[in-house]
Amino acid sequence: MSTKQNISLFNRELAVTAVKDSFTKLNPALLIKNPVIFIVAIGSLLTTIIVLKGIFDGVFSSFNFYIAVWLWFTVLFANFSEAIAEGRGKAQAESLRKNRTQTVARKLEGLHEVSVNATQLKKGDIVICETGDVIPSDGEVVDGIASVDESAITGESAPVIRESGGDRSAVTGGTKVISDKIIVRITSEPGNTFIDRMISLVEGAKRQKTPNEIALSILISGLSIVFLLAVATLPAFFSYSLSASGLPESSNLTLPVLIALLVCLIPTTIGGLLSAIGISGMDRLLQRNVIATSGRAIEAAGDVDVLLLDKTGTITLGNRMATNFIPAEGVSVGELADAAQLSSLSDETPEGRSIVVLAKEKFNIRGREVYQLNAKFIPFTAQSKMSGVDYNSEDGRSHQIRKGSSEAIRSFINNNNGFYSQKIQDIVSDLARQGATPLVVAEDNRVLGVIHLKDIVKGGIKQRFAELRKMGIKTVMITGDNHLTAAAIAAEAGVDDFMAEATPEDKLRRIREEQADGHLVGMIGDGTNDAPALAQADIGIAMNTGTQAAREAGNMVDLDSNPTKLIEVVEVGKQLLMTRGALTTFSIANDVAKYFAIIPAIALSLYSGKNGIGPLSALNIMNLGSPQSAILSAVIFNALIIVMLIPLALKGVSYKPVSANAALTKNLIIYGLGGIAAPFIGIKLIDILINI
Amino acid sequence: MTTQDYLQILLFFAVLVGLTPILGNFMFKVFTGKNHLMKPVFGWLEGLTYKFSGIDPEKETTWKSYTFDLLIFNFTGFVFVFLIQLFQSQLPLNPANLPNVSWHSALNTSVSFMTNTNWQGYSGETTLSYFVQMIGLTVQNFVSAATGIAVLLALIRGLARKTIDTIGNFWTDLTRSTLYILLPLSILFAIVLAGQGVVQNFKSYETFHTLEGATQVIPMGPAASQIAIKQLGTNGGGFFNANSAHPFENPTPFSNFLEMLAILLIPAALTFTYGKMVGSVRHGWTIFKAMLILLVLGLSISLYAEYSSNPIFGNLPLMEGKETRFGITNSVLWATSTSAASNGSVIAMHDSLSPLAGMVAMINIMLGEIIFGGVGAGLYGIIIFVILTVFIAGLMVGRTPEYLGKKIQKFEVQMAIIAVLAPNIVILLFAAWASVSSQGLSGLNNSGPHGLSEILYAYASAAGNNGSAFAGLNVNTVFYNLTLGIGMLIGRFGIILPVMAIAGSMARKKVTPSSTGTFHTDNWLFIGLLIAVIVIVGGLTHFPALSLGPVVEHLLMNKGITF
Repeated sequence: MSTKQNISLFNRELAVTAVKDSFTKLNPALLIKNPVIFIVAIGSLLTTIIVLKGIFDGVFSSFNFYIAVWLWFTVLFANFSEAIAEGRGKAQAESLRKNRTQTVARKLEGLHEVSVNATQLKKGDIVICETGDVIPSDGEVVDGIASVDESAITGESAPVIRESGGDRSAVTGGTKVISDKIIVRITSEPGNTFIDRMISLVEGAKRQKTPNEIALSILISGLSIVFLLAVATLPAFFSYSLSASGLPESSNLTLPVLIALLVCLIPTTIGGLLSAIGISGMDRLLQRNVIATSGRAIEAAGDVDVLLLDKTGTITLGNRMATNFIPAEGVSVGELADAAQLSSLSDETPEGRSIVVLAKEKFNIRGREVYQLNAKFIPFTAQSKMSGVDYNSEDGRSHQIRKGSSEAIRSFINNNNGFYSQKIQDIVSDLARQGATPLVVAEDNRVLGVIHLKDIVKGGIKQRFAELRKMGIKTVMITGDNHLTAAAIAAEAGVDDFMAEATPEDKLRRIREEQADGHLVGMIGDGTNDAPALAQADIGIAMNTGTQAAREAGNMVDLDSNPTKLIEVVEVGKQLLMTRGALTTFSIANDVAKYFAIIPAIALSLYSGKNGIGPLSALNIMNLGSPQSAILSAVIFNALIIVMLIPLALKGVSYKPVSANAALTKNLIIYGLGGIAAPFIGIKLIDILINI
Repeated sequence: MTTQDYLQILLFFAVLVGLTPILGNFMFKVFTGKNHLMKPVFGWLEGLTYKFSGIDPEKETTWKSYTFDLLIFNFTGFVFVFLIQLFQSQLPLNPANLPNVSWHSALNTSVSFMTNTNWQGYSGETTLSYFVQMIGLTVQNFVSAATGIAVLLALIRGLARKTIDTIGNFWTDLTRSTLYILLPLSILFAIVLAGQGVVQNFKSYETFHTLEGATQVIPMGPAASQIAIKQLGTNGGGFFNANSAHPFENPTPFSNFLEMLAILLIPAALTFTYGKMVGSVRHGWTIFKAMLILLVLGLSISLYAEYSSNPIFGNLPLMEGKETRFGITNSVLWATSTSAASNGSVIAMHDSLSPLAGMVAMINIMLGEIIFGGVGAGLYGIIIFVILTVFIAGLMVGRTPEYLGKKIQKFEVQMAIIAVLAPNIVILLFAAWASVSSQGLSGLNNSGPHGLSEILYAYASAAGNNGSAFAGLNVNTVFYNLTLGIGMLIGRFGIILPVMAIAGSMARKKVTPSSTGTFHTDNWLFIGLLIAVIVIVGGLTHFPALSLGPVVEHLLMNKGITF
C-alpha cells in the first residue's frame, strides 16, 4: 500500500492553506450551512460593531474588544478544523488523481483514432490502450486482454490481467497498460469517476451532509434555540432584579456580555468540529485504500450487524496446504512422502509447493532436480484432474506417479489393472468430512496413500470474529464448498453461520432475509454475478479487480481488493459515529462549568447592599478574579477547546472492538465526566493567566 | 425529622412500588383488548358507547386521523365548558345563585381543564355552580386524563409495531381508559374518601353561628367524586379554593395518605404498562427508577431545606402556610409529588415553602412534568427525553442511534426538539414579559426575588399543565388569564402534536434485533444518562432565571433577609 500516506496531522503546507481557507470560509453563504457557528459569527459581528461604535464615540472598552476578538477566533477555529480536514482528504485524493489529468486518450471515432484530453472523455466513448498507455478514465474492457500496472492506485507492484468479458473487465483511470492492447469503453462521465466522487465527498463546499450528521445538526441547532431563549429573556429578569435591588436600569446586561454568554452555552465545540469529523471519516477510509461513493455508506458501515464474508481470502489463506501424509496399507510414510514430493517438484501450484515443503520439513527429503531423473512432468488438466511425473528408475523401467482427486486416481488405477482399496476410500471420506481436501497418490498400479490438503484458516481470524461477536456483529461465511467442508472450516474459524455451495442467487436471498429481519448487511464481492448482492447489501464493497458492474453496484470500492477490508470499513464507520457522540456529549457537559463562571460574574451586584458584592457570588466556586476575567476566560476556553480537539476530530476517538456497554461506559467517563471537569480546570487556568 | 416521618415516607414509596405492577398489568390487559376484571362490569357500557356514537372500535387509523379526532374532541370539550360558564346563572344546579363567569376567566378555566392543567384563576366555591363543576369540570377531569393516556397509547403502538401506518383508534382508547381505568378507580376512591368524611351532597351552602357569635357560611357540594378524579387524573383542580387543605376535601391523615398516593398512582403504573406493551418490562422499570430517583432527590432537598436551621427562625420549623394538621413532612411530600406529577392539588402554600423547597417544586415542573408527570403525559414526555438521550449517547457505542430497535433520525430529533422547546418558550418568554410589564407586575404581592419566583412558577405551572400556584400572585386578570391560557395550550399541544408525529413515523420503521452491539436502555447506566440529560437540558435552560429567583432568595435568607 504505497499510496497509504500518513500525512502528519499538521503538515506545514496543509496548515498554511487551511489558515487561508479559514478566512474564505467566513463567506456568509458558506457559514450558514453550520447554524451554530453562524450564530457565533453574527455575535462576533455585533460585538465588533459595538466596539467600533465605542471608538467612534470616544470610549474604548477593552473588555468588549477582547470578547469580539475571541468570538472571531471561535469562528475561525471552527473554519480551520473543517479546512484542515478537507485539506488532508484532498491531499489523499489528489495523489490518486494526479496521474490522470495530463493523460492524452486515443479515442476511436468510427475507425479513426483521435487524440483527445482524458478529461474530455464522455460515458460511452471507446478508447484504445496499448503498451505504455495510461488508461484515461474508468471503463470496461470490450475487446482484448492486457496486463495492467495498477500500482498508481493500489500500490501493488505486480501487474494484473484485464480482459474483456468475465470478472476482470474493469479498468481504472490512471493505471498503465504494460503489455498488449485493449479497447475500453468509458463508463463514467467526466468529473464523475470514483476518484472524482471521493474528492467531492471530502470537499466541504460540495459535501452532502450524511443523514445522521443532519439529525445531529438539528439537535445542536435546537439546543442553540433553547439557549438563545434563556439568554434573550435574561435582561427582563435582570431588569426586575435590578429594580428590586434598587439598582439603576443602566446596570443591565450589555449586548457583548449576552453574546458571550450565548456563545459559551450553544454547543460550539461539536458545531465547529462536526464537518471535520465527517470529512476525516472519509479520509480514514481513503487511507485504507477504500473509496466510498457516498457519505451515507460510511455511517451505514457503523450500523452493519451481519457480515457476509467470502471464505477464500478472508477466512482462509487463498490456498490449501499439505499438512499430512497418510500411507496406504503396506506402504511406509517415507515412501509416500518421497513419491508425493517427486510428483510435485515441477508443480508450481501453491498446493504442489506445499507438498514439497512438507516432505522436506517432516521427512527431510531433499528436493531433487527433475532433469537428473530424466523425468517428465505431467501438469494438471481439467480433463485428467491429476498431475504427476513419468520417470525412469535406475533399472531403466518407466514409472508413472500421479496425484489427484480420488475419482481420477481410481480410474487411473483401474486402467493400470490395479486395486483401489476400500481403506483408501475410507481415509478419503474421513478427510473430506473434516473439511480437508484429500489428494490420492498412486504409482503405476498401486495406491501409495493420501495427502491431507487443508484449507488454512488465517492466523488471528478467530480472534477477530470473537471481537466482532462482542460488538454484536454476526459473521456469515460464504463458500462454494460442500456442506461438510464448509461446516468444518466454519467451526475452525469461529464464524456464526455459513452458507455452503452458495450461488449468487443464494447470496442475494440471504441478504434480503437478513434485511427483512431488520439487520443491516455488509458484503464484499467482485464478479458480475455479485453485482445484485452488492447492490442489495447495505454496505457493498466491490473489489477493484472486479467488474465495472460490481463496482457500480456497491457503495465502496476497495482498491487493494482485500476481502478482509470489510471488517476495517465497519470499524471506521463505528469510530466516526463514536467520535460524533463523544464530542457532542463533551460539548454539552462543558456548559455546566460555564454557568458557574458567568452567572455569578454578571449577577454580582444584585441585592448587594453597600459593599457591591451580592449573594450570588457564592456561586463563584472557581473563585475567578473579576467578573470581566470570568466571562473572558469562559469565552477563551470555548474557543481554544475547538482547536485542542481538532486532532481528536481528525483521528477519531480511540476505538476497540468491545460490547456497546463497555464502549459507552468508557466514552462516558472520558467525554461525559471529562466534559464536566475540563472547563472548570481550563477556565480557572485562563483566569489566572489573564489576571497575572 | 422523626423516625415516624422517615417511616411514613418509606411506606409511601413502598406502597407506590407495590401497586405499580398490579395496576400496570391491569391497564396492559385493558389496552391490549384482553379479558380483564372490569369487562363484565362496564363492557355493556363500552359497547353502548360505540353503538350510540357510531364508532367501529376495531378500525385503526393513521397518526394524522388519530390526532385530528383528538383535537376535535378536545376542542368540543373546551367550547362546551366555556359556554356553560358564560351562562351558568341560567343553568340548573346553582343553589348559591352564582353569577355568570367573566369571558377571560371562563376562557382560562376551560383551557385549563381541557389541557389537564386545572389551573384555577378563580375561587371554586364562590365562582362556579355545581352544574359547571360536575358536567363541565369533572367530565374534563376524566377525559383530559384519558386524552393523555390515548396519546401515550398511540406512541407505544408506534414504538412497538413495525412497518405499519396505523397506530390505533382514538375513540376506542378514550372510551376504554375512561370506562375501565379512571371510572372504576374514581368510584372506589370516592367511596373511601366519603367514608373518611369528605362531603358529597347537593345541599346549598349552610350558614352557622360560631361560638363567638360570628356567621360562617360552610360550602357544600359533590366534592368526594370530583376529588377522587382530580387526584387520580393528575388534574388537581380543587372543589374548594383551599384545595386539599380544606378539611372537607381531605379530612384525615388516612385520606391524606391516599390522596397523595393517588397523585402518583396511574403515572407510575403506566411505566409498567409501557414496558409490557413494548416488550421490555425491564425498560419500563428503568423509566420508573429514573423518575423515582429524581423525585426522591427533589424530596430530599426540600426536606433538608425545610428542616435545616436558618438565621431567622433558627431551628424552629417553618409552619406558616403548611398543612398544620399533617405536619411539614406531609406538606413537603405532597408538594414534591404534586409538582412532579403535574397534578397541582395542594395541601400547603408553595409560596410559603422555603426558597429551595419552592425551587424544587418549580424545577419539577420546569423539567417538563416528566417525573411521573401527568396521566399519560408524563410518560410520553419522558420518552421525548429518552429519545434525546439515546440520540446523544447512543452514538458513543458506534451505531446510529436506535430506540427499541428503531432508528432515531432527523424527523424524530426535529419533533423531540419541538416538544422540548414548546413549554420552555412559554415559561421564559411569558415570565420575562410579565416581569417587566406593568400588567404583569401589578398582580404581585411580594417583592424581590420571591416575586420573580411567583411569576416563574405561574408560567411553569401553566406550561407544564400542572395547575398548582405559588400563590401570592393575583392571576384573575385579563393579562394573566390570557397569557396563562395560551401557555397551557402550547404546553399541552406543543408536546402532543410532535409526540403523535413521532408515533406515526416510528410505526413505519423496521426493527433492528437487539445484540451486544445495541445501546441498551434497560440498565443503570442508562438511568444515569437519562437523569443527566434531563437535569442538564432542563437545568441549563432555567438556571439563569432560577438563580435570580429562588437561588438568590435562599442565599439572602441565609443572611437574614426575607421578602
